Order: sequence, then C-alpha cells, then structure tokens
Amino acid sequence: MTTATAPARTTTVAPARPAYKVTWLRVLRSEWTKFWSVRSSPITLATALFLLMGIGAIASYTYDPAAAPGSDGPPITDGAISLALMGTIFTSLAIGVLGVLVSAGEYSTGMIRATLAAVPKRLPTLWAKTAVFGVVATVVTAVGALGAFLLGAVILDGEAIAMSLGDDGVLRALAGTGLYLGLVGMWGVALGALLRSSAGGIAVLVGMLLIVPGLSSLLPASIADNVTPYLPSNAGQAVTHLNQATNSLGPWTGVAVFAGWVVVTLVAAAYRLARRDA
Amino acid sequence: MIDVHELTKRYGDKTAVDELSFTVQPGQVTGFLGPNGAGKSTTMRMIIGLDAPTSGSATVNGRRYAEHAAPLQEIGTLLEAKAVHSGRTAFNHLLALAQTHGIPRRRVDEVIELAGLQTVAHKRAGTFSLGMGQRLGIAAALLGDPEVVMLDEPVNGLDPEGVLWVRHLLSGLAAEGRTVMLSSHLMSETALIADQLVIVGRGRLLADTTVDDFIRQAGREDVKVATTQAERLRALLSGPGVTITATTAEELVVLGLDAHRIGAIAAQHGVPLYELSQQTVSLEAAFMDLTSDSVEYHSAPADTAARRAA
Repeated sequence: MTTATAPARTTTVAPARPAYKVTWLRVLRSEWTKFWSVRSSPITLATALFLLMGIGAIASYTYDPAAAPGSDGPPITDGAISLALMGTIFTSLAIGVLGVLVSAGEYSTGMIRATLAAVPKRLPTLWAKTAVFGVVATVVTAVGALGAFLLGAVILDGEAIAMSLGDDGVLRALAGTGLYLGLVGMWGVALGALLRSSAGGIAVLVGMLLIVPGLSSLLPASIADNVTPYLPSNAGQAVTHLNQATNSLGPWTGVAVFAGWVVVTLVAAAYRLARRDA
Repeated sequence: MIDVHELTKRYGDKTAVDELSFTVQPGQVTGFLGPNGAGKSTTMRMIIGLDAPTSGSATVNGRRYAEHAAPLQEIGTLLEAKAVHSGRTAFNHLLALAQTHGIPRRRVDEVIELAGLQTVAHKRAGTFSLGMGQRLGIAAALLGDPEVVMLDEPVNGLDPEGVLWVRHLLSGLAAEGRTVMLSSHLMSETALIADQLVIVGRGRLLADTTVDDFIRQAGREDVKVATTQAERLRALLSGPGVTITATTAEELVVLGLDAHRIGAIAAQHGVPLYELSQQTVSLEAAFMDLTSDSVEYHSAPADTAARRAA
C-alpha cells in the first residue's frame, strides 16, 4: 500500500513553503471578486441604473406645468429634483434584492461552507460583503441620480421648476439618494445573512420598505405620527428631499435613523453568523 | 495531523457524535469509515469549525482550525455537499478563495490543471456534473498546498478514471509526508487507498486500526481457487486448521491457507489452476459485522419490502 513505497516519514512537508495569511484587505478583495463574478450583480446594477435614470427622464418628460399642482400624479414639492428622483423606490427594490442575494445566495448554494473554511473567523466575511456592496451601490446609484437629474435638466430647460446643480440642496439630495440606496443595499446584505434565505430576506425587505409604511396609515393618527417617520424608507428618504414634509425627520437625522436600522440588523446577523452552525 | 478528543455533538436529544477520540497521522492515508448517519460528516464539519462541538475538541496541527493564520494552508477539505456558488465559474470560485489568503493566481491555474478542469474552468459551476463538482472541490482543497487533506467521500460520482486519479493523488500526498484523511461508507473501496482505519457507528468509535490488522482480525482470509482437479486439490490442501468448501464442481473456497501457499502446493503437484484469489468480499462483510449494531437506517430485506408493497 501507499506507505510501502513512501520515503522515510517526515512531519514537515515541502521546504520553504510560502507564508500565506488571511487579512482584512484580502477578505475584501475576495468579496469584491465574488460580487463581480456572478451575473446577477452587473445585471441588477444595470437594471437599477436604468430604473433610476429612465423613470426620472420619463417623469421629467411627461411633466405638464398646466396640470400641476393639485391634479393627479405625485406632488412636485421639490421641483425638478422630485421628478428626477421619481425612480428611487423602484431602484431601492432592485438594490435591496441584490443585497439579499449577495449574502443569502451563499447559503442557498452551499458556498458559505467554502467561504467559512477559508475565513473561519467568520465575521470578516460579513463586514467585507457589506462594505463591498455598500460602496458599489452608493457609487452606482449616486451616479444614476446625477444622470437622472442632468437628463431632467435638459428636458425641463426653460420650465419654471427647472433647477441647476448649484441650487441649494440639489447636490445633497443627489448624493443623499446614493447614500440612501447604498444603505438599502447594506440592509439587504444584513437581512440575507440574518435570515439565511433569499426568499425570506426579500420578503422582509420589500415588506418593510413598501408595505409597512402604507399600513402605518391604519394606525390612530397620534401613534402614526410618532412611528411613520422612523420607518426605514421614510427615514432614509428624507435626505433625498429638498423640502421636508411636516412630519418627516430632518435629512441627516433620517439618514442616522435608517443607518440605525441597518446597524441593528447587521449586529443580529453577526451574532447569528458567529454563534450558529453554518 | 488531526487530533479529535472526546468530541461530542448533540442536536436536541439526538447524539450525532459521541465522545469520539482519534488522531490522524502524517505520512499515511487514513480511512474514516462508517455507515450513513454514523457522524462522519458532522465530525469533519467540527474539525474545520463549521459546526461547534457540544463538548470535546478537534485540532489541526495542534490548533483549533479558526486559530490558524492561514487555515487553507494547514488543511484542505472537501465536504460531502457541494460548497460552490452555482453562478460562478470554477476559476473565479478558486480565485476568490485564494485571494483571502494571498495565494497567487498561478496557484489557481496549477490546481485547475491538477484536477483536470482546464476545459471547464470558465464555465459556471452550476453546469457541472457530479464528477466535475468533485474535481472542483478537490482543486479547492489543494489550493493552499496544505499539510493535511481531509476529503468527505471524494470518489462519489467520479468515473473509473477519476477514482484512479483520486487514489494516486492521495497516496502521492501521503508519500510526501502529508496527512490524508478520507471518509467513505464503502470498506472495499477504502481498503484500496488507506493504510489506517477509523471506524465509527452512531457517533462512537468502533475501531482504530490498520487495514492489515483489520483484515487479519476479520479472520476470514478466504481464498477462492478454481481448478479442473478440484477433488485432488482438496485432498492436497486438507490439514489441521484448514476448512475447504466446494462452491461448484471446479471451485473451492479455502480458509486457513493463503493464496501464496495454495499456489505453491498446486504447482508442486502439477494441479492446473485457472483462478486463485483472495476474497475481498469478506472485508466488506467484516465491516458490516462490526457496524451492524450501529446502522442508523436499516433497510428491510428485499423480499419483506416487496411483500409489503404488494
């Protein structure tokens, strides 16, 4: 058998083995490679960009000053910005779903076992995933928001509601859209890691972003006024508006509240990742 | 080496692994055997920290797996179930794993070639057959050029050429002084590759022995011999401690003499033999004897099942 032909047994293997080591930066690189090497990532990001710019351009194009204000269609409280960012809600769904897939996809395919075998300390993979997708989603959607606004500016040229980049709050709203959508993406990653299920993560994400805010109107007004502004999508979107509605949080308070949702979910996901068998 | 010490894993009131202790030594191939549900996979998962033990410990090269600075360099593993994102190509899968350790891209190419995956390296892993998936898993296990290799049912799904490849690969790694452990539920297959055996049933250690000792202890070194002069050979071989049974007119099963001795006697007396073989079937039988009390999923005899179905 094998040992019969084996040379003298030694406990050390080949001489001069390279010294490999797991580091934070390397885990980040690995997650970067992982993110870009599945088709769903570029496709969903392109979809998100298309939704953000396309819906913004269409809203600007179909804008009719004679019909506004007070008629059908969403209220135009922020002029050209409201029109340009009309696609934010749809984009948030695309980005959030991709975030869920980034983490929950590892569980549904079994990849998580290879991932944790390579990084048995576990938590670095969650932070790296969140960081990679958070940054990508923020940058891509901020660019998309800027593109939507510039398209709208061309289309709305000469209209009363037209705005330029230099106008008060415009850059903040556009960057804020990137920030909000980046946080949505990170929240998706956290939900996917917490629930370890794509379907579960997507259901919670869509429910909390879209359905719960609508349901909150069923609450008695006194309670609704205290709850509604703190819901993830309401709080997070405050920074994308120029003029805050009466019961809305301030832009940066809103971002902080939504970031709080993300952090709490991430901590819960980290706890589960560290403690539970994979 | 791998050191498992009083390792226990309970799920509720079900004990999957029960105070299991054994070591896997470098320089040889250790077969980790047991029927389905014996706790082999759970034990391997605990060795690399995917599952946390209820009690006891498992160390690789003296440390808990998670405490190593470069775990893939210490131990390469292939687990029973596919551990790969179906949407990623084999190359990118290996590259992403390599990047966590700073393993160079050239090593990724090397293991792809070693595993014979060159032609499919840029195809998505979801399109792979079971055999190609196993090869990808083995490529991933070898990525860090590890001192210890631990494979769960590595030949599962491989074609004969692949089985042979795995055998040569593993004995080659052991010959280089590495620690090799592979699990299986097939004794006959494992005996061909392994030197050492760790046999478990219902999460408990049943035997920790060498393949040679196991065969000896199994005590059933039957030799099947076929000759045109069965009666004459029978008389020549008879003696104290030798049992001979005739299976057909020209076939004898001899217990108590090895094939070497039988051949010599036959040649000395000019008895023509056209078959002379050690019965490897007895190995599987001995294994089943050993584990029969601890088989998790008993199947009803075929006729009983048929009767029930009728």
